Amino acid sequence: MESMAEKVIEMQGYKLHLIETDKYKTNTIVWKMKAPLSKGDVTKRALLPHVLQSSSNKYPTMASLRSYLDELYGATLYVDLAKKGEYQVISFSIEVANEKFLSDQTPLLKKAFELMSEILTNPHINNNAFDRETVEKEKRTLKQRIQSVFDDKMRYSNMRLVEEMCKGENYALEVNGVLEDVDPITPENLYDYFLKAFSEDEMDLYVVGDVKEAEVQEFASELLHFESRSVKNIEIANVDNNREVKNIKETQDVKQGKLNIGYRTHIVYGDSDYNALQVFNGIFGGFSHSKLFINVREKASLAYYAASRLESHKGLMMVMSGIDLKNFDQAVRIINEQMEAMKNGDFTDNELEQTKAVIQNQMLETIDTARGMVEVLYHNVVSGHDIKFDNWLNGMQKATKEEIIEVAKKIDLDTIYFLTGTEAVK
Amino acid sequence: MENLMFEQLQEELYFEKMSNGLHVYILPKKGFNKTYATFTTKYGSVDNTFVPLGKEEFVKVPDGIAHFLEHKLFEKEDGDVFQQFSRQGASANAFTSFTRTAYLFSSTSSVEKNLETLIDFVQDPYFTEKTVEKEKGIIGQEITMYDDNPDWRLYFGLIQNLYKNHPVKIDIAGTIESISHITKDWLYECYHTFYHPSNMLLFIVGPVDPKAIMDLVRENQAKKEYSDQPEIKRKFEEEPESAAVKKQVLKMNVQTSKTLLGIKALHVDQSGTELLKNELTMNVFLDLLFGKSSVNYEKLYGEGLIDETFSYDYTQEQGFGFAMVGGDTREPDKLAETLQEMLMTAKSGSAFTEEQLERAIKKKIGSFLRAVNSPEYIANQFTRYAFNDMKLFDVVPTLEQITLNDIANLAKEVISEDRFSVCQVIPNK
Repeated sequence: MESMAEKVIEMQGYKLHLIETDKYKTNTIVWKMKAPLSKGDVTKRALLPHVLQSSSNKYPTMASLRSYLDELYGATLYVDLAKKGEYQVISFSIEVANEKFLSDQTPLLKKAFELMSEILTNPHINNNAFDRETVEKEKRTLKQRIQSVFDDKMRYSNMRLVEEMCKGENYALEVNGVLEDVDPITPENLYDYFLKAFSEDEMDLYVVGDVKEAEVQEFASELLHFESRSVKNIEIANVDNNREVKNIKETQDVKQGKLNIGYRTHIVYGDSDYNALQVFNGIFGGFSHSKLFINVREKASLAYYAASRLESHKGLMMVMSGIDLKNFDQAVRIINEQMEAMKNGDFTDNELEQTKAVIQNQMLETIDTARGMVEVLYHNVVSGHDIKFDNWLNGMQKATKEEIIEVAKKIDLDTIYFLTGTEAVK
Repeated sequence: MENLMFEQLQEELYFEKMSNGLHVYILPKKGFNKTYATFTTKYGSVDNTFVPLGKEEFVKVPDGIAHFLEHKLFEKEDGDVFQQFSRQGASANAFTSFTRTAYLFSSTSSVEKNLETLIDFVQDPYFTEKTVEKEKGIIGQEITMYDDNPDWRLYFGLIQNLYKNHPVKIDIAGTIESISHITKDWLYECYHTFYHPSNMLLFIVGPVDPKAIMDLVRENQAKKEYSDQPEIKRKFEEEPESAAVKKQVLKMNVQTSKTLLGIKALHVDQSGTELLKNELTMNVFLDLLFGKSSVNYEKLYGEGLIDETFSYDYTQEQGFGFAMVGGDTREPDKLAETLQEMLMTAKSGSAFTEEQLERAIKKKIGSFLRAVNSPEYIANQFTRYAFNDMKLFDVVPTLEQITLNDIANLAKEVISEDRFSVCQVIPNK
């Protein structure tokens, strides 16, 4: 087994995480910034990375910046926003070819670091405000990005489930922000937010590839340094456990109904029973041998997909399936039966072992990609734990049937959401 | 077993043609946990008119049957092959494209066992009337899922505009009506015609010992009886060079409009180095024209005609091909017009400089290096290349040969208004 050796070095205002490996033909640099989700900031925060990556002081137009990336053998630069529990995480990634596979020996890693520094610390500004034109363009795109969820019914119904289920919690906020809050953003107030984010966010830099520690450390300390800060952690919100199950039906002009069911697991990454929860999810709905796939798809022929997944930092589990409009009751009944079976310990040792083998496989595959490694390691930053990957794997393998049943008993059904069509019988 | 060394990339590829005609390739990847294997037949949704094995006459099969067969091959008398893979710690999957059906697994342990499972399940069909009927409900839901997906409808709508006769215009999964005609006998007929080892390719990439793996495959194949198969006869109707329909507007339950402009390709009989050069030149041309560093992109984005969903792509296979460009837009007609103008401008003048070309080629080389980090990319692309008599590891040297002259010639030839077509998705209220 090829694992990951992560070296963490305290830098000025952030941590550097270094993973040396020679299995890739490229080197990857990821800059992450984490802050609590809040209604007041979520939309500015969604806009900020897109403004930063579209131009800079040295490359004031998109064409000049993108030409420079092409010049660096098609280095990729992209930003990403994610909700990790009740945090909103911004990532900037640069992936660049390792010049040892090229006939041209330009030092690409150094240039990639310089570019990351340029994007993060030398934006295109005038008089304490971002470039007006860039902000306007990116605001327009952000609005389109927020609206586009509506056109992808799978994403839409999942978003609606979370909205209904977590009403009143910050987790209900969408990672791309709120449509009405885009227009009030100005080049000035976004610039103020930029200064705030870079002085308050928890920040981490990941470097993965065939690189030398001393060299990376030198580039990082020379090119990226910020004021030190104390990290803001949030309390996990209290949820009313005794609420009745919410049932939401929404009608739109769709051919296929989308059934999304949300559960509270009351377990997050780092908890002692998280490993058992992970195995629970695998037996219940994580894979193509799982109870949901077998019973909803293979036995009843109701769906093409029927699966569950965990929101590891929030303590939720989501089931999703696309079904014929008339089969709502039958599908819900079958899914409920599978959950009951789990609570009653109605699963075999074979299912247990099979699931562990597949989870182990999935985790090892994840760390075959640079991006996957970074995401796996970042769980520790979000949760404030320091769980080594190998220990995580071992812990998962040790989960017992009894522990899984205990986990199952903790899980509460919270909300059943159904996006149904206009042709539905009821 | 033969082997080929690629010095610059530091990769070594092993190859053997089995006595039954099966092509096997192995690419060892040190440092990876995962082994990824694909077992692919040169049979896809476009192969709908052919002479079945042992028969004389052409038959036309129901739309969606290649994809249906892909689903059904996973089911055996003693249960589902997914179960067996997961007991062995693997994750398995399959996909059907226009020209290929691929079965695959990835696993970080029990690789040899999983590889045998892969080969054996694909080479041992088990179809019954009952299981075929049951699958119609599942695939029916897959079809309705795509019916609600505006990007899929846009993509297929555009192909249907471009092609008058060629079966590329048929949705890969077929329709609920067309799959209702599928029977176990049809499945066996397709299976026996297209799943002979000589029509198939096995690719294994991962931290494996190539000799041991090749031995395993050889022994596995030696145990199975195959008689030599004559060349498969497929039939395609004549297809005009121009687009069949100029424009189609789909009204759907969406909030954002979409526009996709297509160009029907020429020279779709190409294969080998000719095809490789042509498709790479086309890709570089599209990058120069519409890439994020291009003048056109900046103009389109600046005017608010496109957003980040904007993309472009070129597909060419035996008998069909098309370039597509577009995305979400606030002004579907203006975007369509502007894209056509940009193409016509590129046709008429020498639009690009040496410097721009050099940069575009550098970008492609870098993205190829990024792609070969991915075992999935290597196996799937290598197979596609091999089925078209091309070599994946010729990509970089071929890119380096592209000149401004090549780009100008291609633009002059392929850009023509009669081969343009537009498909749009517009909100229905």
